[in-house]
This record gives sequence, structure tokens and C-alpha cells, in this order.
Amino acid sequence: MAYTEEELKKELETQEYEYGFYTDIESDTFPKGLNEDIVRAISKKKNEPEWMTDWRLDAFRIWEKMEEPEWANVNYEKPDFQAISYYSAPKKADPNKSLDDVDPDLLEMYRKLGISVDEQKKLQNVAVDIVVDSVSVATTFKETLAEKGIIFMPISEAIQEHPELVKKYMGTIVPKTDNFYAALNSAVFTDGSFCYIPKGVKCPMELSTYFRINEGGTGQFERTLVIADEESYVSYLEGCTAPSRDENQLHAAVVELIALDDAEIKYSTVQNWYPGNSEGKGGVYNFVTKRGLCEKNAKISWTQVETGSAVTWKYPSCILKGDNSIGEFYSIAVTNNYQQADTGTKMVHLGKNTRSTIISKGISAGKSQNSYRGLVQINSRAENARNFSQCDSLLMGNECGAHTFPYIEAKNKTAQIEHEATTSKIGEDQIFYCNQRGIDTEKAIALIVNGFSKEVLNKLPMEFAVEAQKLLEISLEGSVG
Amino acid sequence: MLKINNLHAQVEDKEILKGINLEVKAGEVHAIMGPNGAGKSTLASVIAGKEEFEVTKGDVVLDGENLEEDSPEERAHKGVFLSFQYPVEIPGVSVTNFVKTAINESRKARGEEDMPAKDMLKLIREKSDLLEIDRKFLSRSLNEGFSGGEKKRNEIFQMAMLEPKLAILDETDSGLDIDALRIVANGVNKLKSKDNAVIVITHYQRLLDYIVPDYVHVLHNGKIVKSGTKELALELEEKGYDWLKNETIES
Ligand SMILES: Nc1ncnc2c1ncn2[C@@H]1O[C@H](COP(=O)(O)OP(=O)(O)OP(=O)(O)O)[C@@H](O)[C@H]1O
Ligand SMILES: [Mg+2]
Repeated sequence: MAYTEEELKKELETQEYEYGFYTDIESDTFPKGLNEDIVRAISKKKNEPEWMTDWRLDAFRIWEKMEEPEWANVNYEKPDFQAISYYSAPKKADPNKSLDDVDPDLLEMYRKLGISVDEQKKLQNVAVDIVVDSVSVATTFKETLAEKGIIFMPISEAIQEHPELVKKYMGTIVPKTDNFYAALNSAVFTDGSFCYIPKGVKCPMELSTYFRINEGGTGQFERTLVIADEESYVSYLEGCTAPSRDENQLHAAVVELIALDDAEIKYSTVQNWYPGNSEGKGGVYNFVTKRGLCEKNAKISWTQVETGSAVTWKYPSCILKGDNSIGEFYSIAVTNNYQQADTGTKMVHLGKNTRSTIISKGISAGKSQNSYRGLVQINSRAENARNFSQCDSLLMGNECGAHTFPYIEAKNKTAQIEHEATTSKIGEDQIFYCNQRGIDTEKAIALIVNGFSKEVLNKLPMEFAVEAQKLLEISLEGSVG
Repeated sequence: MLKINNLHAQVEDKEILKGINLEVKAGEVHAIMGPNGAGKSTLASVIAGKEEFEVTKGDVVLDGENLEEDSPEERAHKGVFLSFQYPVEIPGVSVTNFVKTAINESRKARGEEDMPAKDMLKLIREKSDLLEIDRKFLSRSLNEGFSGGEKKRNEIFQMAMLEPKLAILDETDSGLDIDALRIVANGVNKLKSKDNAVIVITHYQRLLDYIVPDYVHVLHNGKIVKSGTKELALELEEKGYDWLKNETIES
């Protein structure tokens, strides 16, 4: 029998979130609510030095005075910040254990996620720092990296072991006062990764962190800090999934990148947190602040594949401070059912001959809303700055929306700015053409979507491009309408 | 191999095919000619299972099996291939990736493993040589920015790769230059065997000089109004269709 669109729709609606299982690990969870005592308790739990505790408290006081932003093209019930627990650590976690000692339940969870650590080690030459809820539980390849002087560790360890680096850079790119969620993160962040690449060192492998929200009713606030010293290079990948939960879970991460003179950082994200069910119930609120600073001749490249979360608010940005520095943003954002995404980038050109490229691919299906929001800002002293932006939207069905909000502020006449935008639909003719060649409708959609996203997929490290393609397929299964 | 019995099909309450009868045996080449809007492409689409068209009466039988319940992809898996009159573009999907997917999906439907990369490459090399296609061309996005002739040649390349049982070529000649026409026609002839069959839809006798049909049918207003041998095509070239428009006889 031929598959009718109606049947496809049905199937999509009843389709369970692939990673929607819950691992029963005993965890050590704080009471709900947020106040100075909770902030102190988090800091204490992590044995932090006083300067860190004070830094958090300062951020908390700033946050208390701030309002949740309203300008994004998203509609959701505002989280009750007093109804969230701000700390949850798997009880059995111990950073000194070898992999063999890791809780078999945890390993099972990794297996379901398809990220077996051993396999990653052997096959992919990837160093993985896995964060389950709020504490890092397994770190691989540490020694190999140490030989090159590369530091790659949970940020909580870095605070203990490399306080001078953390103190020097944390909060310099995304200040505590930056925005509501960044201030909140600064007060309560529990874990995340820290990475330092010494001068002249090319990191020999992809560095990767898998984040995952597990405990019900907990928010996750990671803090990531990547510093590439002069003439160094690093490629970093962050991947995340969260199990199904009915209540909305809050996720407010901060990522800061620093590329010193002639350095290059490539930062790739694959995000498939729980998007909520087909009626728009549940799902993760993903409010993320990501920003990088480029010194002279430096380059920062953000690549993101965003398929999950109920609400996404995320603008990985580049401050092109040094002359001849380069910023890039490559994004694929998929929304289905009732998902809402407001995502894009900010390219701030301060130095001379700075260049930026923005390629955004938005794919909307179901009743979802997908917005691109971008700012290209050319400072008065940024002679010969150049930007190229391309925003393409692909729509499936008639009930979803695609929106583009490109802002340009050019204060220097020598600036060259180009903006292109397209909107297209998957045509019945394209589907029939594929069907006629023996390719069923689901596979055809996957093929068309992959083709549409190719320029961005090509920017991902090879091993992860395959995973990203699978994710696109999973999140759009049966979404033709 | 193919048997079409009293086939009626409509779109949005408009009847386009009004009782088609046609039998194509293995090893045969049939040509279908007829004026614009006669229903030639519609017939091809209905055979391929396009759901936009509703079959109201009659049936399409392939190797004794009624195709009524089969989706377009299932028909493709059974060996039906349609070279489109207007091939569609799929941006970002290379020709190679597309045919590879098509071949592997058909294999999967037959319960076979994916074709090993080595064999796939060999097949691609062989078929692109047959159709004198520059292999650089195969890494371009499917049909995107292809010239009219390139699109048609690419359709036949896909046919060569998929080796269908029944190939329907809908105006594959239009858009091809004289050399390309010869190359494509030679390709089709080389792929012919006693086990497969070809239906060529065309407006021009010229193609039939290369791909010589066993039978020629004239489709007019949703019906086959005349059938004959290849001489009929010559006669049509000379006289046009007017003299047939009143014919109702079917042979
Ligand atoms: N989707 C559709 N909706 C409405 N009418 C259609 C549709 N598809 C085809 N038709 C009509 O059906 C008739 C037959 O069209 P068809 O494309 O089969 O003709 P054809 O014989 O292939 O013509 P040509 O030689 O010009 O290619 C035409 O009148 C056409 O307008
Ligand atoms: Mg036609």
C-alpha cells in the first residue's frame, strides 16, 4: 500500500523520542530554589576557592536585578526559577576512576546514546569528556593531550588546578552582566569543560564533550572555556541529548572562546535535546550564550546542528577584535511539531580587514516556528571589513513558519556586506521523482534535507557529519505534509 | 510483460486517460506518439504510480501482477523506470549520491545488502563511459543548472545504472543535440535485451531511426487511436495528426 500523507503525519505524532529513556542512577540533588545559600552550597560542594565563591555571589546579585528577555520570536511559559534544583550529581561518580569502574548503568546510557567511550577512543581518535548532569564522570585521552601541554578537563578541576588561567579569562568574553541567562549561569554553573592549547600547538585530535540532562526537574548550567594560545589550533565538538521529561527543563549554558594571535578554534555543536511531545508538552528550554574573541589573524568557526529542545535561544557570536581576523557561523536548525527556535549569530567587526561568513539553514516542519536572527556590526575603525550572509529556509507543510531577522549596522564606508536569502518547499514532484527511483518518501525527505544542509554538514568534522545526518533524519521522520 | 487493460485515469474530476489498452512483451520496443496534451506523460505517470492521478477503471499488470496497490517505489523495485519529460532538481544531492541511494534502496527492498563501494564505482565508470558522460558531471547537484540535454542524458545514465525491466522514456530526445541523440540512443540499444522492454514517447521520427520500434501507437485525447509498425511514424511525420483525429479503431 502506498503511504498517504495522513498516515505519515500519524506516525510522526506517535513517534517516541529516540533517546527518551530514563537511567535510574542514585543522585545527590539539592532542594529546589535559588538564593545566596544555594550559590554558596554549590561552590562548597565543589571545594572552590573563595574568589570563585565571591564571583558566583556577585553574579547572583546581578541576576536578581535582571529581567528575562522578551524580544525573541518565541512563546513559552517562563520557568519558575525557584522550582528548579540547581545541583544534581550522579552519586557514584568519581573522576579518579578508570572507565572499567564506571557505573554500568551509566555505560548503558552511553550505549543507548550511541557514544560508547571505548569505541570513541579506538575508532574516532576523539578525546571525550562526558558530563552527565552536573559532574564529569569519564575523561579519556588526558595523558596523550598532556604530552603536548594541552589542558582538557572539567572546569571544576581547572578552577582547582589552573586558577590563574580561569581567573584571567572567565567572564571576559561573556561578562556576568551580559544577559539574564548568562548571569544565572555565572552564579550556579556546576560543570562544563576547560581547554587550553599552548602556543604553537595544533591539537592532534578532536576534543569532544557530551552533555546530557538526566535528573528530572534539574536545570543544567554548563560553563565552557576554550583558550587557544598564539598560533595554536583546536577543533572542539559538543553533542547533547536529554531523556524525555514532562516538565520543561531549563538549560542555560555559557561558552567562551578565546583565539589569541594567529590561533584557530573550530567549535561544532550537535544538539538533540528532548523537543517535547507532538502536542508541545515538555521539552528542554535551551537558552545559551556562546561567544568568541579573535585577536590578530585569528579565526573562530561555529558550526551547529540544532534539532532538539522545545525552545532554543542561541546566538554563537564572534568579536573580531584583531586585524585580519575571521569569524564564521554555519548553522542547521530543524524544528518540528511545536518546537520554536530563535537562533543566529552576531559578527562584531572591530579590527581592519576582518571577514565574516554566515550560512544558516532553517528547516521547519509540523507547527513549528524557526527564526534566524543575525547582526553584522561594522565598527567605525574596521576598515575593509567584509561579510557574506546566506539564510535559506526549507518548509514542510503549511502550518510551520520561517522568519529571518537580519540586522546590519555599518559605521565604516569601506564595508562590503552581502546578504542572500531563499525560502523553498519540498515539492511533491521532488518526492515523486525519488519514489520513482525506488526511494521511499522518508528517505527522500532525508536526502533532500541533507542536500539542502550540505554546505553546513560539510563543515562538521567527518565522524560527526554522519551522526548529524542521522539526527536530521530522526527529527524529521514522516514530517511531509 | 506489461498489460494495460481499459485504463481510465483522472485528475481533479477531469478524465485524461479514457480507456487505454496496450500490451508490451519482453524484448519489444513500443513508440507512443500523439499531439500535445493527448495524455502521453499522464499514461507514463500512471504506470509509474503517481498518486495525483486517480485510476477510475481498468488496470496495469506487470508480469501477471496487478500494480494497483503498489506505491511508486514498489513499482520501481519491480523494475519500472521512467525517464522524466521534465526531470526535477534536488539541490545539494550529487548525481552519484542519488543513484547510489536509488540502487541500494532497491537492493534493500529485495533483501540484499548495499552494493559494495568497489562494485558501485565500477558500475558508475562503465555506465558513464557508455553514455560518454564526464565523471566530473556526476558530482554536481542532481539536475541543478543542468542544460536540457544534460538532464536527459542524466536520466538515461540513471536508467543504465538501475537496469530496469520496463523503461519508459518520455520525450528523452527533446533537448538533445544530434550527437547526444546518437549517444543516448546507442546507450538505450546496448541496454536492450530479450528480457526487458522499452516504451518511447516522442514527437519525432528522428529518434525512431536510432531506436527502432516494433510497434507505434498514436495517443489522442486519452485513447490509442491507431497502432502500427514503424512505417506509421513516417506517415505521421508526413501527414500530421489531423487525419487520425476522427479514427476510433484500435488495432
Ligand atoms: N495535474 C494536472 N492537473 C490538471 N490537468 C492536468 C494535470 N496533469 C495533466 N493534465 C492535463 O492532462 C492532459 C494531458 O497531459 P499530458 O502531460 O499527459 O500530455 P502529453 O501527451 O504528455 O503532452 P506533451 O506532448 O505536450 O508532453 C493535458 O490537457 C494536461 O493539461
Ligand atoms: Mg508529455
